[in-house]
Amino acid sequence: MNATNPIIEAFREQILHAVKNKTPLSIEGGSTKSWYGNSNTFAKLNTRTYSGILEYQPEELVITACAGTPLKEIEAALKEKKQVLAFEPPHFGEHATFGGAIAAGLAGPGRISVGNFRDFVLGARILDGKGQDLSFGGQVMKNVAGYDVSRLIPGSMGTLALLLEASVKVLPKPAATATIRCQISQEKTLRILNEWAGQPLPLSASCWIGNTSDDGQLTIRLAGAAAAIKAAIPLMSSPINASELEPQSAEVFWNELREHRLPSLENIAADQTLYRLALPAACGPLTIPGASNEMVLEWHGQQRWIKANGDEATFTSIKQLATSHGGHATRFKQGMNVNPAFQRFTLLSEQVHSQALEAVQERLRSAFDPAGVFATKRLP
Amino acid sequence: MIPMNMVTPPPDVVLISALQSKLVAALRPILPEHALLWEPEDTIPYECDGLAAYKRMPLAVALPETEEQVAKILKICFEMQIPVVPRGSGTGLSGGAMPISQGLVLSLAKLKKILSIDPFTRTAVVQPGVRNLAISEAVAHLGLYYAPDPSSQIACSIGGNVNENSGGVHCLKYGLTLHNVLRVRGILMNGEIVEFGSLAPDAPGLDLLAIVMGSEGMLAVVTEVTVKLVAKPRLARVIMASFDDIEKGGNAVAAIIAAGIIPAGLEMMDQATTRAVEEFVNAGYDLEAVAILLCESDGTPEEVAEEIERMTKVLEQSGASGIRISKDETERLKFWSGRKNAFPAAGRLAADYYCMDGTIPRRHIATLLKRIQGMEKKYGLGCLNVFHAGDGNMHPLIMFNGADQDEWHRAEEFGTEILEACVELGGTITGEHGVGIEKINSMCIQFGEGERESFWGVKSAFDPEKLLNPDKAIPTLSRCAEYGRMRISGGKLPHPELERF
Repeated sequence: MNATNPIIEAFREQILHAVKNKTPLSIEGGSTKSWYGNSNTFAKLNTRTYSGILEYQPEELVITACAGTPLKEIEAALKEKKQVLAFEPPHFGEHATFGGAIAAGLAGPGRISVGNFRDFVLGARILDGKGQDLSFGGQVMKNVAGYDVSRLIPGSMGTLALLLEASVKVLPKPAATATIRCQISQEKTLRILNEWAGQPLPLSASCWIGNTSDDGQLTIRLAGAAAAIKAAIPLMSSPINASELEPQSAEVFWNELREHRLPSLENIAADQTLYRLALPAACGPLTIPGASNEMVLEWHGQQRWIKANGDEATFTSIKQLATSHGGHATRFKQGMNVNPAFQRFTLLSEQVHSQALEAVQERLRSAFDPAGVFATKRLP
Repeated sequence: MIPMNMVTPPPDVVLISALQSKLVAALRPILPEHALLWEPEDTIPYECDGLAAYKRMPLAVALPETEEQVAKILKICFEMQIPVVPRGSGTGLSGGAMPISQGLVLSLAKLKKILSIDPFTRTAVVQPGVRNLAISEAVAHLGLYYAPDPSSQIACSIGGNVNENSGGVHCLKYGLTLHNVLRVRGILMNGEIVEFGSLAPDAPGLDLLAIVMGSEGMLAVVTEVTVKLVAKPRLARVIMASFDDIEKGGNAVAAIIAAGIIPAGLEMMDQATTRAVEEFVNAGYDLEAVAILLCESDGTPEEVAEEIERMTKVLEQSGASGIRISKDETERLKFWSGRKNAFPAAGRLAADYYCMDGTIPRRHIATLLKRIQGMEKKYGLGCLNVFHAGDGNMHPLIMFNGADQDEWHRAEEFGTEILEACVELGGTITGEHGVGIEKINSMCIQFGEGERESFWGVKSAFDPEKLLNPDKAIPTLSRCAEYGRMRISGGKLPHPELERF
């Protein structure tokens, strides 16, 4: 293996140094998502020095790159070959890295139709907490040799190992897309999107923005073969009285949604928090006591965003609400005056059938990182 | 320290029978009489799974009927420190459900209820013993189906699918089991009931569902699976393209993907296979073709028409010597019948066949096929090549006569050499059948010591006492050392400790 790479050697030294000093390292890439997850003040290990696309063969539908590679560089390389990261990871800033996007594990509007980040990870090269250079998975779609360790990395937020390189599955850019929009209630939105999702329709993404009690704005993206889109537009527009958006403004909308640049998702007041609720498809409209009236629903209602007071009582009630519906809640982004020390996530111990997994998770982490080099608790 | 999973020499018969009596006495109070087997005539059907070459008798076989019984069985075995081998339908091809002589076989076959179907959320909750195809059949009237369709789908169970992360013919477009399961309810070796994943798009903590998928019954015993159902496409059509050169066929696969098309299925058969199956099914295959490619499109009629046209163009440009497009559903099924019957056809050609399961990057398909041709001469055995070309998952069927020990020995070596070639070409030793006991030595080639040690770390995180199917999938340090010596000296069987046939 590439054991003599000086950049990797420097990472290893930093890890071994941390082992010796018993001080965790907080891994960062482009620092675009540093506000996400539990905060800490540990020393940083920055991955941006380890950058570059290592292998990309469009006909293999896979790209392999170093963790520090700018996400936009990856997306540009794919665009040239008319391919995409279909789950549309948000950048949240100019300098977002490939590794940072994987560690955060977040996905954009397309997630509901194509799957999560982890669904696309095929392989990973990591440095574990002992500084061992390890490779799991590979570059092929089907691989059941050994446990699927590479798929533990997405969303692990640097708490398991240092990601050096990853191979991620890519998809062809859909032959055609179209976006339709209408005014409709949240209840009707949830009903019709779930109905459509059970039919062979080219439904790609959805977003409803409005007040729970009123009609809101529903935007739907279709993607697929040109003929299928052409046939679906009238079919799906007529029952909800929707009209088609200009391609360019549609693209701007879906980008702004992904990047949280829509007014409903940005400008969080100082004492407020933007909460994320992940919910089962069966979950109907929710009313959150004390929250702003406006909600953003994505993923056919399975991801909901709401701004509300950043105090503990509010998060507790939102968590309980999400849990009672079979989901969970996150303090996604906090306002300036909200206590940065607050726990941002629903804990395994807060959900009945995941309580016993807390010990499993702890043992799993210590298997990769016995000295606690990555034990920043950024993800509990 | 690295734990041992080397199979120890057969222990004293007296000891085994004492252990058996103790285990049976402990399990009897919690199971109905018919749900616990220990007499050899009752347990012999469980001595192996779909890989009949490796067999071993267990202490006993438990067939619980409820989740509660499963939990109690595990708790008892945990307390008695008796290893447990979970078993689904026993269709596995890698010996993942092969018993442990001082252990219990835990069959989940009686947990076979479909608990609920929800068309609105496109989900079904099923018990692990439910057959893969039974799910699709149960939801067909709703216009839905469960996408992963391994060849054994008539018989294989969803619990087994979860443990092998099974794929199938359509996984290029619709994904593996991993992509089609939302939640797995299971029981840890100590008897604790847990849930991995969620009906929501994600769950708190590390993504443990991802690691349980394909874990070969070594991390938890699955008792309930929530699967995703997808809309049945309105139409499917398949193109059958002939090639007079294996290289051209392999390149056509890459060209289709490069053209931005993800076919619903993209399968390849070599000439030996088409000739063998044609006799069997009369699918109308071009027997002069060196390779045949089946390329399917599904979706709305408009979508299919557009995609078939694009795929035809690519196949023509790739030098296909003949192209036929299915006119209707009957013809589509006829075109597929040969692919689906490749295994029984191999069974007609030879007394036994050994099915391999390596995956390689698509661009190396032709390279590997040529190497296999060389190996056929080297080992003096024939090989049929059928495979999921779209995702590079090869299923060479090595034909041999099991009555001839030397032929079986050569077949095993042939298989191992194919897997080594797969690793060398940047692929993997198993795409969907699992490592089990069969490929445990090849794991020493695919992974280094550090990776294997990490796998043991994962195993211990779920099952610290290493009691759940402990001798499968992950080789110990000493096994790999032994395998290394064996490869140098040569001529030794991969599993000298196991009874053969």
